[in-house]
Amino acid sequence: MVPLSWYVALSSTLFLIGLVGVLIRRNIVIVLLCIEIMLNAVNINFVAFSKYQHVIDGQIFVFFVITVAAAEVAVGLGIIIALFRLRETINIDEINILKL
Amino acid sequence: MLPYLLIPLLPLSGFLIVGLLWPYFRGKGHWITVPLVALSCFLSIRAFMDTLNGPPLHYVVYNWIHSGHFSASISIMIDHLTAAMLVMVTLVSTLVHLYTVGYMKDDSGYDRFFSYISLFTFSMIMLLISDNLLELFFSWEGVGFCSYILIVHWYERRPSWLAANKAFIMNRIGDFGFLLGIFLTYTVFGTLDYSGIFQQIPAHLNDQILPFSAFHSQTSASVITVIALLLFVGAVGKSAQIPLHPWLPDAMEGPTPISALIHAATMVTAGIFMIARLSPIYNASHTALLVVGWTGAVTAFVAATIALTQRDIKKIVAYSTMSQLGYMVMACGVGAYGAGIFHLLTHGFFKALLFLAAGSVIHSLGGEQDIFRMGGLSKYMKLTFVTMLLGSLALSGIPPFAGYYSKDLILTEAFKDGSLGHVFWAIGVTTAILTAFYTFRLIFMVFTGKENFSHDGHHGHAPHESPLVMTIPLMVLAVGAVFAGWAGEHYDIIGYLSQSMTVPHFSGSPAIPDDSLKLISVIAAVVGIATAFLFYGRPSSIPLALSRTFRPLFELSQNKWYFDEIYDAVFTRPMIFLSFILWREVDKGVIDMVVNGVASSCQSMGASLRRFQTGQLQNYALVMALGLFGMVSIFLFMK
Repeated sequence: MVPLSWYVALSSTLFLIGLVGVLIRRNIVIVLLCIEIMLNAVNINFVAFSKYQHVIDGQIFVFFVITVAAAEVAVGLGIIIALFRLRETINIDEINILKL
Repeated sequence: MLPYLLIPLLPLSGFLIVGLLWPYFRGKGHWITVPLVALSCFLSIRAFMDTLNGPPLHYVVYNWIHSGHFSASISIMIDHLTAAMLVMVTLVSTLVHLYTVGYMKDDSGYDRFFSYISLFTFSMIMLLISDNLLELFFSWEGVGFCSYILIVHWYERRPSWLAANKAFIMNRIGDFGFLLGIFLTYTVFGTLDYSGIFQQIPAHLNDQILPFSAFHSQTSASVITVIALLLFVGAVGKSAQIPLHPWLPDAMEGPTPISALIHAATMVTAGIFMIARLSPIYNASHTALLVVGWTGAVTAFVAATIALTQRDIKKIVAYSTMSQLGYMVMACGVGAYGAGIFHLLTHGFFKALLFLAAGSVIHSLGGEQDIFRMGGLSKYMKLTFVTMLLGSLALSGIPPFAGYYSKDLILTEAFKDGSLGHVFWAIGVTTAILTAFYTFRLIFMVFTGKENFSHDGHHGHAPHESPLVMTIPLMVLAVGAVFAGWAGEHYDIIGYLSQSMTVPHFSGSPAIPDDSLKLISVIAAVVGIATAFLFYGRPSSIPLALSRTFRPLFELSQNKWYFDEIYDAVFTRPMIFLSFILWREVDKGVIDMVVNGVASSCQSMGASLRRFQTGQLQNYALVMALGLFGMVSIFLFMK
């Protein structure tokens, strides 16, 4: 049987890839995709711990995460389209209107 | 009881109606205030009649302050002293209200003026009918405030507000002493009610106090003396006694009706009223009486000498007021409270008359106040001339006019008070000569001789008699100036007043009979008038020659004994200099630097911190991630 640490290592690697993607990529669509990767890294953790500890809660929680992720993508893509129409760009560096 | 409650409330409602609804009156304010004050005057006369053969009225309107052992009420107490004062105050106030209708015609602040003099009348009545020191103090401040706001009536003029500030500040100094006196009274007696205080005086006669213990001095003084002197400081400020007097002549910058009502007949006499009201306290302290007597005598004399050389018609009358107030205070100082109040009442009539007549002269000359630019006015304004002449005769003390009886009584009472009384009497008689002289100097300069005014100075027509609404008050007051003294003596006003005042017994008996004393006063007055006639009644070079010969004395008098200059050098300039230093060094140097330093360091810190705020979401996320990483690593390593 695959040891738990392997799952955790996989999950950590995926999470790190996602995080680095969020932090360094400039394309806003890629950033959104990286967020999805991070969510799925978490999902792997949930499922793995659920299996090894014989608790079903983790697997149920994954459904919630997937649902939220789907909703988030829908909303996120909508925002991106609106933003693109407004600014004609998806480069995240040019979207800095938080600063005065 | 209710009708007498209306005595103060009618002027108050006059103030409220005209004061709150002033935009709707547009120069019709007198239709409300004059009848209300007149009604108040009528009620006062009724109250006076009641006290003639009845007990004093005392009625608690409501309990104002009740805290622990302390309680003060708003009450009405109309005893003999109050009733006599009430009649004078409300009568003069009514006449001045009436006079104002003519005098202030076409003034832009007409209705405001009426509402304020009604407020003043209310405060003055409350002052008279109070039965405890707190109520007295409250109205004491009220009249002071009204005085301020009425002096500054023409607020666009710089002299007006300078004079008003001066009056307010000088009164504040006096009131500070008065307030300390009230505090000490409460500490010692535990009550502020007059009757409560008076009952406890015998128990505290020998109490001592260390007034300078703050300076580690062991000097002890009788507590009653300290109270009496502190309260007297308030009277000195309010009644314009030396050294707190310079505000009174300056207050003449205000409209003339105010000078007549507030600065001659009523408010400035509040100090004398207070001393008479608290006479048991003063009787218990020989030292305090001595101080009171000397202050009054010195004020009477100094003010009279200043009045000799003034050129401004209102200033002359103002210094004369101050001098007469000195007489009254001196009377209180020798224990002759009755004589002091009697003089106060008669003086109220003839001094208001003199002021209103002076106002009538000023009015007809279009604002001219210099007596050297008047002259020969008697043929233009006969009524004013005759009434002012009567007032001047009363002031000079010529029988049978009012001033003769009351002033003479003061002098006689002073003479009976031992050897010190003789000194007071001598000062009084000297002042009487000066009084007669400067009064008739004014009469001769203004009403007789050559016409020194320009005919085109005031709208291009000759001086004219004032309208009836101004001359009627003059005539009524002239009746008072002629008969008040005779009536007072004939109906024994001293006996009447002494029912509400305790009079100390006199130690000495007069070495000279009363009649000779009276004769001396009359001779003094006649000498003064004769000298004035000699100097000013016809063309004469004597005044000029005298002023050259006695140049230092002349200048001393003309410069008002340099009181203003001395105060300027001793108090005002050092104060301004100190304030300037404090402003430049402490305020700007220390306080502003600290405040500005805090602000500018915040600003520079903010300026450097704002670089972190890039607006790039990824930067924020990076910082968050690094922070999370750091926290997790710390957590792991700590474990």
